[in-house]
Amino acid sequence: MNLTLKIWRQKNAQDKGQMVDYKIGGIEPDMSFLEMLDVLNNELVEKGDEPVAFDHDCREGICGMCSLFINGEAHGPDRGITTCQLHMRKFKEGDTIYIEPWRAKAFPVIKDLVVDRSSFDRIQHAGGFISVNTSGNTQDANNIPVNKHDADRSFDAATCIGCGACVATCKNSSAMLFVSAKVSQFALLPQGRIEATERVLNMVEAMDNEGFGNCTNTGACEVECPKGISLENIARMNREYLSASIK
Amino acid sequence: MSLDNKIPQGPIDTKWTDYKDHINLVNPANKRNIDVIVVGTGLAGGSAAATLAELGYNVKAFCYQDSPRRAHSIAAQGGINAAKNYQGDGDSIYRLFYDTVKGGDYRAREANVHRLAEVSVNIIDQCVAQGVPLAREYGGLLDNRSFGGTQVSRTFYAKGQTGQQLLLGAYSAMNRQIGRGKIKMYNRHEMLDVVLVGGKARGIIARNLITGELERHSAHAVVIATGGYGNVFFLSTNAMGSNVTAAWKIHKKGAYFANPCYTQIHPTCIPVTGDHQSKLTLMSESLRNDGRIWVPAKLEDAQAIREGKKKPTDLAEADRDYYLERRYPSFGNLVPRDVASRAAKERCDAGFGVNATGEAVYLDFAAAIDRYGKEQARIHHLDENDAKLVYDLGQKVVENKYGNLFQMYYKIVDEDPYTTPMMIYPAVHYTMGGVWVDYNLMTTIEGCYCIGEANFSDHGANRLGASALMQGLADGYFVLPYTIGNYLADDIRTGKIPTDTPEFDEAEKNVKSLIDHLMSNNGSHSVDYFHKKLGKVMWNNVGMARNAKGLTEAMDEIAAIREDFYKNVKVSGTANSFNQELEKALRVADFLELGELFAKDALHREESCGGHFREEHQTAEGEAQRDDANFAYVAAWEYKGNPREAVLHKEDLVYENIKMVTRSYK
Ligand SMILES: Cc1cc2nc3c(=O)[nH]c(=O)nc-3n(C[C@H](O)[C@H](O)[C@H](O)COP(=O)(O)OP(=O)(O)OC[C@H]3O[C@@H](n4cnc5c(N)ncnc54)[C@H](O)[C@@H]3O)c2cc1C
Ligand code: SF4
Ligand code: FES
Repeated sequence: MNLTLKIWRQKNAQDKGQMVDYKIGGIEPDMSFLEMLDVLNNELVEKGDEPVAFDHDCREGICGMCSLFINGEAHGPDRGITTCQLHMRKFKEGDTIYIEPWRAKAFPVIKDLVVDRSSFDRIQHAGGFISVNTSGNTQDANNIPVNKHDADRSFDAATCIGCGACVATCKNSSAMLFVSAKVSQFALLPQGRIEATERVLNMVEAMDNEGFGNCTNTGACEVECPKGISLENIARMNREYLSASIK
Repeated sequence: MSLDNKIPQGPIDTKWTDYKDHINLVNPANKRNIDVIVVGTGLAGGSAAATLAELGYNVKAFCYQDSPRRAHSIAAQGGINAAKNYQGDGDSIYRLFYDTVKGGDYRAREANVHRLAEVSVNIIDQCVAQGVPLAREYGGLLDNRSFGGTQVSRTFYAKGQTGQQLLLGAYSAMNRQIGRGKIKMYNRHEMLDVVLVGGKARGIIARNLITGELERHSAHAVVIATGGYGNVFFLSTNAMGSNVTAAWKIHKKGAYFANPCYTQIHPTCIPVTGDHQSKLTLMSESLRNDGRIWVPAKLEDAQAIREGKKKPTDLAEADRDYYLERRYPSFGNLVPRDVASRAAKERCDAGFGVNATGEAVYLDFAAAIDRYGKEQARIHHLDENDAKLVYDLGQKVVENKYGNLFQMYYKIVDEDPYTTPMMIYPAVHYTMGGVWVDYNLMTTIEGCYCIGEANFSDHGANRLGASALMQGLADGYFVLPYTIGNYLADDIRTGKIPTDTPEFDEAEKNVKSLIDHLMSNNGSHSVDYFHKKLGKVMWNNVGMARNAKGLTEAMDEIAAIREDFYKNVKVSGTANSFNQELEKALRVADFLELGELFAKDALHREESCGGHFREEHQTAEGEAQRDDANFAYVAAWEYKGNPREAVLHKEDLVYENIKMVTRSYK
């Protein structure tokens, strides 16, 4: 395939940044999107130009490191996947592809397509844990049976990979889907109930302090989430928050 | 120097308890005056950092990703072992110990493995208390499955995302300590050297990957938890950034590197399709619980399939060769990974491969879907002769167990694995070799520890499934926090370690001059160009089967690539900014040295064991042939300037509790 790429280039956080055009050939349908960028970068380096910076690590859809806004969609034109799982067979000969970083005030650009998502970590520092010592001197794991349904729903919420697509795709740059996933994981387990009140209050406060916008229930986050994190989690978090606030 | 493994005296099942009863403790007020650096925040480093901080030490933790939550442990799919015997199928600490030593082909240290089996039980309790949502049965109790190399069901799991959930558990424990200010987390930082003061590890040089700045960090002890070095092969199941740099840098400063050639080739990965490929994807081994592995029984069928003239579903049962079930009736599809990998290679080499390149075998779920479907039909009083209904019910069960893996496969291969068998082939996965450590997990550098996949200790020549996660968490939560305390007890009066000393100057200067060389080298090839070349040599000559000729050639070829790299590599951009090419260049430089030592180690080990298969040493049936009389030792290499000049030190392996026998899974 021969393609035209329009890629956001930005030297550093201070730089203004701009779209730059690249032509590329020899792309095979079996390549992943990131492998296509590898091909481009290899050409750029061998020409002595700076390659395009983009985040990635596991390349199998689980670490949450890759990002990329592709043709106006977080993680590109396929549902339920991350950018590293996107394959070039989703594109056609001669296509023009727009590639941009996540855009949100709480995710400042570091370089080109790489953004700083440490605001997510700081929300976790505020309450994304159960306060139990790591000594192993806890009770036997089977002492508190957990209803399979709850365990499965807790697991579903826990599968959030912290990629930030929900924020990037939301017109308000809200982090509600991400935060609610963590709140839900613990809220659904007996072990997490004990601190539920402080947890939701602290995490929501941290989220607001980071400059994420408010949720207006547009649901765009759920559509773009690679792990199918459901809006139900936001509803659960709101309930948790409400009951915590009146306690 | 002779290697002192510091294994405590006494019977195996009380060694660890006795040891803990007699070590020096550091009182809480003194812990506040002690700093510990933890490099790497995967399962091993994350759990260690959280626990050390919780105990009261000041922890500085480092990782190259933008968050500890993204460490490569996140990718582990299948599960984690623990000798809980919840299933009542005969499991016990002894049996887990036994399986692990046998699985490692009698090349692991008994005392370490026994301790691992002992603490495995606590790991599950710990993780559940942290809110890790492990799989449950309908009655609310934890569920288990089995993995290759064992006959009991001792593997705990969270669908196909066990590593993710366990890592998020460790990450949450870290978050708690970061929030309290007890861990200072340095994301997007890469350790590029260790600093020794008076022979002891007292700090590191790290590069801030955003600004490019070189930083000095001091501490009373340094813990390396930087994962495995499988990426020396370029193509592997490891994350793109996985590297050997920290381990190699401490090796160069005096830490011995043990058994580098022990590499696990995992049998169930998605096959290579072409030269563009950047990494390989694992399909969890747990699939072998339900999937049956086969190739066509007749060469002409294999050829027809390769040419696209036949589909696997066209072949009748009688025309299929379920070669693992045929060769190893008692373990069948659940033989250990090295055995399964070699068997796949053997069939493909004999011409029975099923994809375009001839390097793939089938992993087939049709029988499982049918079996589960019938069971469900019976449970729900439905018609078990209704084929469509049975398929749908069975498909649901399989989806429940392995759904995300099937989806992953579908996205990459573009074929539905529920209706067409998956294609799989072995790929480089895990490195059993690594930095040599004693029973305390300390390297041959005083005060420098190494845990998790980065060390060599518990798996011998082969790693059984679901044992790496167990080892990472055992080291970090339950072993290191004791052993390091014993060492640090001597440091309560030392005070802060200054960083404006000649030792730090020197280390920083060396890092800087390497970076300057790479940046100003006006070569013509990208870093990947060299990494791929290295990977090809490694796979062809130091891969699944090795021989003296290939290994000798590999050593020369790697040395030549290394020379070429320093002359001709091109790194664009600048040193003092975010520069991913430079990051890669620094990592590949170290792989280019490790690769040669790896080949040297494989060459000297004139036997076959576990993941190390020397063609010269096999039985008439093509099985690995160990040589216990001459090679029952750990090969620990001392750095001498050039990898091929490394000096061998042997730690004899003594088996007092388990008799060394020929491993058989027939
Ligand atoms: C696809 C896959 C599936 C697997 N499935 C299973 C399974 O089902 N069961 C099982 O038991 N095992 C499994 N394993 C193996 C297991 O996941 C790993 O062995 C284990 O997670 C390694 O943990 P670790 O903490 O040692 O290292 P990692 O998790 O790799 O962490 C390494 C850490 O070091 C950091 N780092 C590296 N170099 C530097 C540096 N120079 N400076 C600063 N930081 C650095 C990284 O940022 C990271 O934080 C699997 C492995 C893979 C690849
Ligand atoms: S909720 Fe979904 S989109 Fe948002 S961070 Fe988690 S996985 Fe990514
Ligand atoms: S690179 Fe890990 S999710 Fe894409």
